[in-house]
Amino acid sequence: MARRVAKHSVIATVAEIEAIPSPMELRRSGSAAAHDDAAWINDLRQRDGAAIDRLHALLLRASRFEVSRRRSSLSFVRGEELDDVAMQAAGDALVAVLAKLDDFRGESRFTTWVYKFALLEAGVRVRRRAWQEREVVLDPEGWGGFADAGERPDTAAERSELVTAIGECIAHELTLHQRQVLIALAIDGVPIDVLAERMTTTRGALYKTLHDARRRLRARLAERGLSPELS
Amino acid sequence: MTRSDENRTIARLLGPAEPEILCDECFEQLDVYVDAELRHADADAMVPGMRAHLEGCPTCSEEYESLRALVQQDSQR
Repeated sequence: MARRVAKHSVIATVAEIEAIPSPMELRRSGSAAAHDDAAWINDLRQRDGAAIDRLHALLLRASRFEVSRRRSSLSFVRGEELDDVAMQAAGDALVAVLAKLDDFRGESRFTTWVYKFALLEAGVRVRRRAWQEREVVLDPEGWGGFADAGERPDTAAERSELVTAIGECIAHELTLHQRQVLIALAIDGVPIDVLAERMTTTRGALYKTLHDARRRLRARLAERGLSPELS
Repeated sequence: MTRSDENRTIARLLGPAEPEILCDECFEQLDVYVDAELRHADADAMVPGMRAHLEGCPTCSEEYESLRALVQQDSQR
């Protein structure tokens, strides 16, 4: 049976995560080997306890993997809290997977499909925790533009025109909401799910706003005959 | 601001030039894309717009990198 990192231990190291059997090893071992993906999914539909335990172990492995990868952004957080983050993420991912079982169409391996739920939940929790104490200022005028690009001796006239035009288009061609979102995400580096939480919206809605703003900027630059190709 | 910093800022502001899918579809298709890549299939043909989205969305790109690394780790054990 799977070796598990104790529930209340400090956050697993990469070595500990690697010691947890992967799905392939689980298949090769003992009773779990009897289940192929279809049988496992069927057992999950029946809410079979062993099948759910196996799923939870997989999700916990993935969430710990993600928390471990992102732990540098949470250097101020204690190990116990990091493992709580991983446990909570695995729990939320378990609920999501069970609710969406019918969405799995077999276009990938079931384990790959399952992993993404845990990685999403863990990533969101890590980013939100990393920004918990940080203020997000939505200032549409908060970007000074490419301040000195026009004056640099290595800046060709066309390049100078491009960066000036980008600044002008941001200031005059975008809506207030588009400017706020663009500057927060692209200039201030606020993670999109953190911004979504602060603005009480969804990641999908914010990215749509960002996407529309970018398309508008590109269209206005094209109208001015400017190519944003970077050199 | 150096030229390379400026390039990165322009890239973040303007995003990918190519058509892209958005975050929700990215999540829906991420497992398909990663599995296709790892079995050396033409993932970009299977999920058009995914590559451009990963260039334009740092958070989805993080999730892609993690999923790829985790599945790859499984296959190497």
